[in-house]
Amino acid sequence: MELAAKHFKASAAKALVDVQLQKALGNVEKGFIGKRQKAAAALPEFDALRDNARDIKNHVLAHLDLYLEEYERKVTASGGIVHWAETAEDARRIVLEICQKAGARTVTKGKSMITEEIALNDHLSANGIEPVETDLGEYIIQLRGEHPSHIIAPAVHLNKEQVEGDFRRVHTHLPEGRDLSDPVSLLGEAREVLRQRYFAADVGITGANFLIAETGTSVIVTNEGNGDLTQTLGKIHVVVASIEKIVPTLEDTSQILRVLARSATGQDMSVYTTFSTGPKRADDPDGPDQYHVVLLDNGRSAMLGTEYQDMLRCIRCGACMNHCPVYHAVGGHAYGSVYPGPMGAVLTPSLNGIEETGQLPNASTFCGRCEAVCPMRIPLPKMMRHWREREFERNLTPLTGRYGLKFWAFFAKRPKLYRLAVSFGVPLLSVFGGSSKRFRSLPFAGGWTRHRDLPAPEGRTFLQAWAQREALKQEPAQ
Amino acid sequence: MAARQPRVGLFATCLVDLFRPSVGFASAKLLQDAGCEVHVPVAQTCCGQPAYNSGDRADTRAIAEQVIEAFEGFDFVVAPSGSCASMLKKHYPGLFAGDAAWEGRAQRFSDKCHELVSFLTDVMMVRDTGASLDAKITYHDSCSGLRELGIKDQPRKLLANVRGLELQEMKDSDVCCGFGGTFCIKYSDISNAIVTKKVVNIDASGADMLLAGDVGCLMNMAGKLKRQGSSVEVRHVAEVLAGMTSQPPIAGSGK
Amino acid sequence: MSARETVMGKIRAAMGVKGPDEARQATVATRLRETPAGVIPARAQLPTAGQLELFCAMAVQFGATVTRVSDYHEVPAEVSAYLRTRNLPSEIRMGADARLVKADWSSEKTLEVRHGASDGGDLAGVSHAMAGIAETGTLALLSGPANPTTINFLPEHHIVVLDARDIRGDMESVWAKLRTDLGKGAMPRNINLITGPSRSGDIEQTIILGAHGPRALHIVVVE
Repeated sequence: MELAAKHFKASAAKALVDVQLQKALGNVEKGFIGKRQKAAAALPEFDALRDNARDIKNHVLAHLDLYLEEYERKVTASGGIVHWAETAEDARRIVLEICQKAGARTVTKGKSMITEEIALNDHLSANGIEPVETDLGEYIIQLRGEHPSHIIAPAVHLNKEQVEGDFRRVHTHLPEGRDLSDPVSLLGEAREVLRQRYFAADVGITGANFLIAETGTSVIVTNEGNGDLTQTLGKIHVVVASIEKIVPTLEDTSQILRVLARSATGQDMSVYTTFSTGPKRADDPDGPDQYHVVLLDNGRSAMLGTEYQDMLRCIRCGACMNHCPVYHAVGGHAYGSVYPGPMGAVLTPSLNGIEETGQLPNASTFCGRCEAVCPMRIPLPKMMRHWREREFERNLTPLTGRYGLKFWAFFAKRPKLYRLAVSFGVPLLSVFGGSSKRFRSLPFAGGWTRHRDLPAPEGRTFLQAWAQREALKQEPAQ
Repeated sequence: MAARQPRVGLFATCLVDLFRPSVGFASAKLLQDAGCEVHVPVAQTCCGQPAYNSGDRADTRAIAEQVIEAFEGFDFVVAPSGSCASMLKKHYPGLFAGDAAWEGRAQRFSDKCHELVSFLTDVMMVRDTGASLDAKITYHDSCSGLRELGIKDQPRKLLANVRGLELQEMKDSDVCCGFGGTFCIKYSDISNAIVTKKVVNIDASGADMLLAGDVGCLMNMAGKLKRQGSSVEVRHVAEVLAGMTSQPPIAGSGK
Repeated sequence: MSARETVMGKIRAAMGVKGPDEARQATVATRLRETPAGVIPARAQLPTAGQLELFCAMAVQFGATVTRVSDYHEVPAEVSAYLRTRNLPSEIRMGADARLVKADWSSEKTLEVRHGASDGGDLAGVSHAMAGIAETGTLALLSGPANPTTINFLPEHHIVVLDARDIRGDMESVWAKLRTDLGKGAMPRNINLITGPSRSGDIEQTIILGAHGPRALHIVVVE
């Protein structure tokens, strides 16, 4: 997708008045928060598991080169092929070559954010290969020519009436009078339509939640089973995954699995956790003939050893956006980036540079709820603040805000001048506030008073009043 | 032998200083009632969050140095704000990381810093402030206090002992009000959407008074409540705990 | 320079790694060899008897149905009964698992048993699990001629037979069993951990069963 993060404010303004979107966004709060809370509360060891999950990933990141080598050795030993891709473009080229070599006409895809990141679908389409998304949400947004608005619930911005409209528009081979009034009938229709596509596809492409160094295994975690059909029915299974998906062992995978589904959907385990190692064996009756892994860097190695390294622990559960008041207000598309919400506000500048993406780490109240629920204990607000610092250092922040801040800081650093300034300003403002004790509008405070009244100051500053009271206390003694 | 009274430096916070001095006086009273000797150094302006959260580390550090110098001589530094207290306690040390001259000094300073209500309950072991108020209140958990300092039960425990007061919890009391410091100006439309949801929950609680521990959040919610014509009165929790509610509420009373 | 060398070079440069580092290599080798277990929830550490009960309870909680039989000979009748009560045709798809084959299917005169991978035309499939995980009511299935992977996903009804002796408290114990059965580091093409029937919440966050995989998961525990 085209990066549109610099239009965040305009997109957010549109999203705020989109009645349909606002209704759909209500489902994020209803659908995720309570379930996560319940699942976490039901497991006394949840926080200890979070600590351990964090430690496992930190250990991996400190030994990433060695684990990648071991992983590659194991994949190769089990008959798979590892391809290294430095950039998104490299990864697109590699996947296309695999498809072309196989003479593929259609490929099915399991849900994968990494293929969104490298814009794989457009590239395949442009080269005459049809990509078919098979995750229900991904399928729906592909029909609409949209991108995911959420990393685990890609169509969360839509209501069922819109889905019905899309199915009627596209599935023209089905009877017009059919009932598509509820999610059950919509799902049933998608299931029937996509069944044909799995069997017709030459290549199945999935992402990976984990790459296990011990065994050379890729792991996908899903609820629908589409990823399994995608990777089992195609003649070729291609895994696209970024380098930080590595975990050392099956045991380490199990630790992180215990916090992944609980944080994402509030399930103890997702329905299907699938471990794939190499192509089908000689006597296997099903499974792919070839197994390829495209290992993508695309900016990750540049995050190692920096203040953004912790972001590489992210397991893409979506809990941060599920709990983000800004995401709840504007939805995922307003961010104008592949990854929305708090994790996107940190990751997107890392992948795309801060110049075009500065809005994202700024659009946060720093309420800290994202960090509080992050299963990998990623300090998201802290890293957003680091992006603001990079922006400020490079003079990328808007001039008006900069001047305002510098003007304020000039006084804040000089208590005596500050006292002098506020001792005149505050009483004046207080008088203007009048008997209502508030302003309905005030010059220079439009950002505030457009939406809410500004409480008027009480009168003198606290320090003035305190000094006067202390002085009065002294007098009788003299 | 009676222990020496702890000497407390009251960090009033810029919003209390400019907009709501009554919170400063209420804080001082609560601290004095708890047995503290209260001082209000004049060399205080702001904790530096506007600069810190705008990425201006140099100015933040300059402000932090000046706050540390003004307050490090006290036994404790107390602020009637979870957000500013957390800035002093949790964020200052990081500003000086790797600076041999300042690092330890900043850490020793931060160890003395506390948010007002949690200081009263957790350090001074206050159980009952002796206040009474005939009101149905609801309490908003401000984000920094809640998530960075773990303040949730402390104000509720003290409020439970205010005679005549009844607490009606609102839905999502732990969800941000949309203030976010400069956020509410930079992204005023989004901030408005967030505070709009918040005041729906405040109104639905059936309370006639909203309390919280941060004047920034309170000004935001009070401003929205008044704009929408709500009669809910808004006050800092310290005013109620100190029994000092003679000042008109934040943004006035009535609709 | 190959892409591999470029990426590895960037990683090592970012981490300040210069030349061979025996200490780091030893750390990695130890972890891979010893596979430390980490935090195991108390609920996964019940004594063996409790694990069976917990497995059944958790499986039901996550949407599966469970029947317990006392012998493999009872499995065919149980499968027939399942099909009958759901008005399904008396047909199943099944792999070559020795434990399943040994059960006496001739007792079910009208039941048609098709062998091999599923072609998508089966309404019901029968598999044998390699293990059950009590902690979450999860089944572990291995790919291969004994239990083709397609049977796990294509039929609308998936019936999985599980030997009660193969139930473990936690996932980690299943990995230990796997290493005993196949050898350390050896894996089949697929290990499917299955917890309940297929589902989707993609339309308005309403959970609906039977998204792309089976609408129903029925577990037959042989005690």
